[in-house]
Amino acid sequence: MRTALFLLLLLAVAAVPGSLVPQTSADPNGVAQYKIDHPELYPILKNLQVFDTYTSVWFSAIYLLLFISLIGCVIPRTKHHLDALRAKPPRTPVRLNRMAGYTFVTVPGGSLANIVDKARGILKSSGYRVVTFEKPGEASVSAERGYLRETGNLVFHIALLGVLLAVGVGGGFGFVGQRVVTTGQTFVNTLVNYDSFNPGRFVNTNNLSPYSITVDSLDVKYSNSNSDARGEPLDYTAHVTAKTPGSPAEKRTIKVNEPLEIGGTNVYLLGNGYAPEVTIRDAKGHIVFRDATPFLPQDSNLTSQGVIKVPDGLAKQLGIIGIFRPTAAKTMANGPISTYPGLKNPKLTLTVFSGDLGLDNGAPVSVYALNVNKLKQIAGPAASSPGLDLKPGQTAKLPDGLGSITFDGVKRFASLDVHHDPTKTWVLIFSVLILGGLLTSLFVPRRRMWVKAIEQADGGIRIEYAGLARGDDPGLDAAVDALAAKHRELIEPEPVEVKA
Amino acid sequence: MNESLSQLSVLCAYSAMGIYALAFVAFALDLARRGARATVTTEAPSAVARRAETARVAEAGGSTTTLTRITNRVENEVNWGRKQSKSLRVAFVLTTLGFAFHLVADILRGVVAGRVPWANMWEFSLTGTLIIVGVFLLLNIKYDLRFLGAFVTGLVLVLLGIAAVKYYVAVVPLPPALQSYWLVIHVMVAIIGTAFFAIGFALSVVQLLQYRRERQVEEGKPQQFRFLLTMPSSATLENLAYRTNIVAFILWTFTLIAGAIWAEKAWGRYWGWDTKEVWTFIIWVIYAGYIHARATRGWRGSRSAWLAVVGFSAVMFNFGIVNVFFKGLHSYSGF
Repeated sequence: MRTALFLLLLLAVAAVPGSLVPQTSADPNGVAQYKIDHPELYPILKNLQVFDTYTSVWFSAIYLLLFISLIGCVIPRTKHHLDALRAKPPRTPVRLNRMAGYTFVTVPGGSLANIVDKARGILKSSGYRVVTFEKPGEASVSAERGYLRETGNLVFHIALLGVLLAVGVGGGFGFVGQRVVTTGQTFVNTLVNYDSFNPGRFVNTNNLSPYSITVDSLDVKYSNSNSDARGEPLDYTAHVTAKTPGSPAEKRTIKVNEPLEIGGTNVYLLGNGYAPEVTIRDAKGHIVFRDATPFLPQDSNLTSQGVIKVPDGLAKQLGIIGIFRPTAAKTMANGPISTYPGLKNPKLTLTVFSGDLGLDNGAPVSVYALNVNKLKQIAGPAASSPGLDLKPGQTAKLPDGLGSITFDGVKRFASLDVHHDPTKTWVLIFSVLILGGLLTSLFVPRRRMWVKAIEQADGGIRIEYAGLARGDDPGLDAAVDALAAKHRELIEPEPVEVKA
Repeated sequence: MNESLSQLSVLCAYSAMGIYALAFVAFALDLARRGARATVTTEAPSAVARRAETARVAEAGGSTTTLTRITNRVENEVNWGRKQSKSLRVAFVLTTLGFAFHLVADILRGVVAGRVPWANMWEFSLTGTLIIVGVFLLLNIKYDLRFLGAFVTGLVLVLLGIAAVKYYVAVVPLPPALQSYWLVIHVMVAIIGTAFFAIGFALSVVQLLQYRRERQVEEGKPQQFRFLLTMPSSATLENLAYRTNIVAFILWTFTLIAGAIWAEKAWGRYWGWDTKEVWTFIIWVIYAGYIHARATRGWRGSRSAWLAVVGFSAVMFNFGIVNVFFKGLHSYSGF
């Protein structure tokens, strides 16, 4: 017990640093920022695995030791409990007056066996395991109840092991993937279609369940009437068409708290934003680029930033950094910001670069970032031409006679998370067992009760009642009193003397 | 209409605070008088005082408490619950009255919002403190815990005061992330659990003080807090604190599980070591340690009581600091 206590307290302390410092798993950007803000501290903490506290060697060591100590405790206790479940209650103590709730009555006469038998009946019907003892001039019943308390205790601790095991197995066979889907687009559940994918160690990535999801539309409602909450989101609903092999396409919805269950995975709507549709033509008017590009939201009013890359079709490679504002502020006093997340005054502001996009060497490059090292700004604050400012439907000429760019309109995109966790049902089952085990182990009283009838020298019979708590048992005294009262009603003749 | 109901809710909350403040003063007066009375009865047991004492005991007699063993019973009947001052009765009535205003404030807030009144810091504080007082009043039906009144009203006043100054916000609609029936279940159970932890903490603190006094008596040293003479023995307090804390622990376990189920629905994973999850886990582990300590030789009594104190500090930290200052998925619940 001392070991368990020590390890529990150690575990509590060890969990603290992970809440003070950003964690790689939950907040990778926070970790990157921490590196910039604390250049001296960062390498030390990194080596101590503080940025991965909950998978670190030291944290794992503590909880594994805790579980080893738990196993070492549970096995002998289970054996002992199984023995106790088969055993009879122990012999009635010689002196009951040392026990809890001790009380006695004296009756003028009667049969010892009859008196004890009545007590036995009461105890048995209240769920006690009973055994009677007899010797000359004395008879008694010894009773015990509350075996469920220890059962609950063992279930609780074994279920804790179950949770750990299920979580471990689930981590190996589950996966998490993300994909940004613009409305109208279809996502097909194969590895190449994910923007990012984190499989467990034993996941066969060639064998993902075949289904497709088309995002037909994304409804977003913002608060307009409540002046204290103008622009606060009220609802996000993605209307999708889901297709699985062998069954017809189905219209479904995905909401924030209501994932779509499909093909053994859950699909979550975890983010959304705008994807401006842009057409770029060359000097002769031929279309070289036409697409809706997801722009990443930068604030709650969805001032969004994105990058458009045009590697082919023009005289030079073209890179564009765009800022999209669904409701552009009237003035630029606070910079190019949006003042409302809905589309009230949409505006696309573009800074245009030309040169080498750095795509040709085959190395993977983020679609959300533009490496301007080998690019020259041709329209924007650092160029001779100003940046381009477009409303939907407007067209602007690209500098240097490269062609033109048209802002066709705005679509929305949904950021979908696909999760597969084969053991979560097991985790839930073990969690329920934890709760159930806890309830019984803390609230079912384990107690022993005794009723003893002793022949007195004057021919009367003295009946003694007492109990013994095994573990915390606030109701023991009351239980002994209740037993005594009930027993007195059953025995004849009436008791003459009642004493506590 | 909503505007005026909203104002009425705030008005009721402020009224409740005013009444709690008066109750606090009365509870404090009672504690002071307990000290004086204990001094009179133990140091100068004049015939008059003793006769008055007997009369009062006879008057209040009748109901016996069955929650302790005989050994404890003897001491407790001498010290506990039988003597009550006028200020104690006044304080208790005021607390009940304050609770009524508090309840109205909370219900009105819910009516105006059209949902459960626990979706931001102001609402957590308003409902959380309401439940603390509610649990305190409820427990008093079974056990006489009025000696904790000063603590309870004091804590509630401080929390409500901070919330009113720093966290009051007008009613705004629920963001999509909070639109779930799990908001009702998960947060409500967490709030009730917190209330039980608060009472358990107070009992553990009194237990520690009482234990110190009992040691002073044994060693023949002068005792500092004489009002403790009118309170249950440290062993009884320990049992009460334990029972309160295990109720809280079970509610907390449920909070953890319900939170995990909701997280799975909302974020796609049942556990992700989000800061709030971490602290909820830390609290769970501390109280698991507390329960183990009761069964560990050398840790019963004061040491386990210290664990309950540490545990409740973590609960307050989780609510007051983690919600507001820590970055995490739960931070939208702040403002």
